[in-house]
Amino acid sequence: MEGWVQWLWVIPVLPLLAAGVSAVLPRGCRRTAAGLAIGSMAFALVLSLAAFGATLGAEGSVRQVHNVRWLEFAAGDAGVLWLGWVLDPLSASMLVMVSGVGLLIFVYSVGYMGHDGNFTRFFCFLSLFAAAMLGLVMANSLVGLFICWELVGLTSYLLIGFWYQKPAAAAAAKKAFLTTRVGDVAFLLGLVWWYGSTGTQLFYDGGRGCLEAEALQRLMLETALWGWTANGAIGLLLFVGAAGKSGQLPLHVWLPDAMEGPTPVSALIHAATMVAAGVFLMARVYPLWGGQGAAGPVPEVVAWVGALTAVFAAAVAVAQDDIKRILAYSTISQLGYMMLGLATGGVAVGMFHLLTHACFKALLFLGAGSVIHGCDGEQNLWRLGGLRRRMPWTFGTYAVGMLALAGFPVFFSGFWSKEAILHAAHEWKGSAGPFWLGLAGVFLTAVYMMRQVLLAFGGNRFRGEAGVEPRESPPVMTVPLVVLAVGSVVVGFVGTPAWPWIQGYLEGRPVLLDWDRLVATEFWGWATVSVSLVGLGLGLGAWLYGRSRDWAEEMDPMRALPGGIYPALRHKFWVDELYDRTVVTWLQRLSAWCDRMDRWVWGGLMQVVGLFSVALGQLSRRVDEGVVDGGFDGSCEGLRWQGRRLSLWQNGRVQRYLAAAAVGFVALVWWLVWGGGGR
Amino acid sequence: MRQFPWLTVLTLVPLLSGLAMMRWGVGRERVVRGLAWGTWALALGLVLGLAAAVDLRSGTLQAVERHVWVPSLGMEYYVGMDGLGWVMVLLTVVVSGMALGAAKGIKDRPHLFHGLVLCLMAGLFGTFTALNFVHWFLFWELSLIPAFFLVRLWGGPHRGTAAVQFFLFTLGGSVVMLLGFLALFLASGQMNFPELAQWAREGRLWPKVMELLGRGEGSGTGVMWWVFAGVLAGLAVKVPMMPLHTWLPQTYAEASAPVSMLLTGVMSKMGLYGLVRIFLPIFQEPMMVVGPWLMGLAVWTVLASACAALVQRDLKRMLAYSSVNHLGYCLLAVFAVGAAQTEPGGEVHRAAALNGAVLQMFNHGLTAATLFWFVGLLEARNGGRRSLEDFGGVRVVAPVFCGLMGIAVFASLGLPGLNGFVGEFLIFRGVLPLVPWAAVLAVPGLLVTAVFLLRLMERVFYGPLRPEWLSWPDLSGRERMSLGIPVGLMLVLGVWPQGLLQWINPFVIRWVEGLRF
Repeated sequence: MEGWVQWLWVIPVLPLLAAGVSAVLPRGCRRTAAGLAIGSMAFALVLSLAAFGATLGAEGSVRQVHNVRWLEFAAGDAGVLWLGWVLDPLSASMLVMVSGVGLLIFVYSVGYMGHDGNFTRFFCFLSLFAAAMLGLVMANSLVGLFICWELVGLTSYLLIGFWYQKPAAAAAAKKAFLTTRVGDVAFLLGLVWWYGSTGTQLFYDGGRGCLEAEALQRLMLETALWGWTANGAIGLLLFVGAAGKSGQLPLHVWLPDAMEGPTPVSALIHAATMVAAGVFLMARVYPLWGGQGAAGPVPEVVAWVGALTAVFAAAVAVAQDDIKRILAYSTISQLGYMMLGLATGGVAVGMFHLLTHACFKALLFLGAGSVIHGCDGEQNLWRLGGLRRRMPWTFGTYAVGMLALAGFPVFFSGFWSKEAILHAAHEWKGSAGPFWLGLAGVFLTAVYMMRQVLLAFGGNRFRGEAGVEPRESPPVMTVPLVVLAVGSVVVGFVGTPAWPWIQGYLEGRPVLLDWDRLVATEFWGWATVSVSLVGLGLGLGAWLYGRSRDWAEEMDPMRALPGGIYPALRHKFWVDELYDRTVVTWLQRLSAWCDRMDRWVWGGLMQVVGLFSVALGQLSRRVDEGVVDGGFDGSCEGLRWQGRRLSLWQNGRVQRYLAAAAVGFVALVWWLVWGGGGR
Repeated sequence: MRQFPWLTVLTLVPLLSGLAMMRWGVGRERVVRGLAWGTWALALGLVLGLAAAVDLRSGTLQAVERHVWVPSLGMEYYVGMDGLGWVMVLLTVVVSGMALGAAKGIKDRPHLFHGLVLCLMAGLFGTFTALNFVHWFLFWELSLIPAFFLVRLWGGPHRGTAAVQFFLFTLGGSVVMLLGFLALFLASGQMNFPELAQWAREGRLWPKVMELLGRGEGSGTGVMWWVFAGVLAGLAVKVPMMPLHTWLPQTYAEASAPVSMLLTGVMSKMGLYGLVRIFLPIFQEPMMVVGPWLMGLAVWTVLASACAALVQRDLKRMLAYSSVNHLGYCLLAVFAVGAAQTEPGGEVHRAAALNGAVLQMFNHGLTAATLFWFVGLLEARNGGRRSLEDFGGVRVVAPVFCGLMGIAVFASLGLPGLNGFVGEFLIFRGVLPLVPWAAVLAVPGLLVTAVFLLRLMERVFYGPLRPEWLSWPDLSGRERMSLGIPVGLMLVLGVWPQGLLQWINPFVIRWVEGLRF
């Protein structure tokens, strides 16, 4: 078992090798590229499962680390920058999730991308992403985590812009990279501050790591601005980074646009894994910013931002038309729940929802991809419809995903993880607001999912373009759907109140099976409320959209909402427009101003100074011509020979400048030696 | 036994070869190119051989040659090399190799072009090895002359103005620097950098300067500031530091691709090298006093140049401003090292910042030169047009071009895994604890850099392909080979930065110990 951790690096290196090989493969080698990617991922899954198994058997402290020197930048031990990897429940569960979901999506992509000319490149980027993501979750150093963090951002950029000939895709890729980079800059500051203050950036290092008591103690004593302790300030900076990656307010704007990428990419990167990296980061550095149920300033911020994001995105999702954009807003909303869970209930609560969400959201995205694939690229809900009979497997699995996401009681994983978050928020010592917002989000989630499913699958008639006949996708796509559907049900059962195994596993304490807890009133008290909200939402959705009608966009019952609510939801509360008018415009203006300053003010100033010195030079040249020029020309004889050939020297300007400068030297030296200093 | 005069040979080989080429190379293009490559290979061999022959990792000066020249004026022929010098010399070799590779397209008077490039190389070698002010300054100026002709004779339509502006600026800077050093010489009787640093460390230099050159009570500090400002200006023009940068965009834009590569790749490093080698140890005392102002100038350089790059339409001007931005981080680090107040444990931060600065110098040289090369190729394929709007969608027809240039672009914006990241990370690692406000203010520069570089990628390579570029040629096999080397180097240095840091770090440790706090 000791040997395991040393070999953990093999897991990300496998897909990295696959990426490296397929990068140099010619375009025609489609089977090789797909085979390499899938094979490496399958192997990574096996190794991840083995690593996961290794964390199961151990008692008590199950954390193993292995660190390697990367570079040296100062004297002694303090100047060594280590990288490393860690095997603990947090990383092991993420490894299994990433490689498992990744493998299924890789297989699915073989079908989905089958007709694409850049198939080879697609698998190259996907493998690179998998490598970086696996590296991210097992990193034992902040720098290592940051490196992988940026690399997943790069692959996200490459894959969103995969169909780069579409201007919308190219713009979306740029927007995604830049918006997340706003967060990354804050992350980098937090990282450097943390590193500078504690002298280490290894998370765990036998008592000397930056997440261990000694270093945290030191940060507690350091005061930042406005009475914050350093750990609070660093935690907040890291949270800004996490918010960028995980699409939290106000940095969420890139994620809906990221849907321009191919659907498997949306499923893998922008639903299941990469966007959850922000949540994972906050879970990894949890000792820094919150104790169990702590109510400091950072947990307050995280909880409020998470809860507001959850409600905001769910509300926006209610009024969207694009099947993938609805899911994107849903992802933003669910990530908000994860943040809320982390802040109020700790690592286990947030991570449980992360794992269940990865299953059912990947399922939903792949289902949406199957719909899009079967309907020849149609993504608009109003032009779908009647798919229930035409695509039975897709519909069945999609329904499972929808119920899991909506939090339908008992049988679906989303229910258990969402209840855990709501209970934690309720029992939290901090503000009560996030809890109520979370409840409101539950209702909205049920509404938009019901709306989406009924509009896409309900009814008898397909409303899309004439001539398109929706058809079920091939097994290479439906089999992953079925597997994920099973997962979306089963994964929930490892975290029920009766047997909260996953919570115990992540927190390193043993748990026992106790059926009484399942029927206890303390669980069902608030659960009843949230379940009735789910029921209400589903019912409302069914009532509004369940009628079999010939839907068209103008008939959306949401338009009947009072006041300006519908336009606001429809336009996503005009956040994009707001950013365009403010940040983007300001930056443009500032830049234009800088450029003008450069051209006219500084350039002009320098010109004036230059002209002045030239004039001075001319003057002194006339005065001293006979004295200095002769000597100077002699020394330039070699160059003059060339110069005559080139007739460059005809204008003689340079010569004059050189001469002028030489005169200036002599005069000033004279003054310095005999005039100024010789007294 | 006398030691082999490595450094003298290193400087003389390209100088003699270059002069010979200019004299006898007319009309013998093949011979000229062969000789240039031969000289280059010899220089590379010497640089690598030097690393093997002497112990650069000891941190002290190696391969020292010292001969008395004019004792009464403090002139000595004094050369030596440590990690800093070696990394700079290596960079010179790498970038000149790339420039020679990019000079394939130079059809006009190739003998002169190659000869001037070799002379420039010699000037740079001399600058990076000299330890006495007099011949350091000679080489500093010597490198200016070939650079002037290289800009003046091969380049865009406004190359004349650009060359004169470049020349005047750098010459003006040199003049004020020379005056500053004369003042130092008068005070101390020393022209050798190590001795001057010793005087400064012992706290003897500045009182002496004030005593000798001041006019009466209390006016001595004025002299100190004049000397300080003069030397700083001379070095800062080359980097360049704002507001002394106005020569740069036009010069880089007008010069031909290989010359822009040399200018941004190595000549801009002369200023930074001078700041580390000369300014930091000798001028630390005044630096501490005006620290916040210097940091402010560095932050200004970082931010204003990034913003200015954002609105450029001309790709070369954009890269020129980007270059100013990247070197602004080095300025930030060097000033932070010199100017920050002393704190316990500060040596680690200073060492981190200085390591980062030197590493960034190398990495920027490599990346910026590669980018200018790519832009040169874009321009050549596009009939001399190189505005952002002149392309669009060419990734379809030139995927390899896009891929390799994409790697260079991402290296430039500091993506981890490529070379640019480590230097920037170490700089911020050092600067944030030393001068927190400056680091926080400079960090948005990283963001703005990403904005314009990604815009470049989007406008040039993405979007629908314009019909007129249907037959746009991808990189030829030869170009792939030659551009693959620097791009590969970016990957290697991104993953294995220790490969360079093992040479830099011993120097930095010794340097930080030698600073007076």
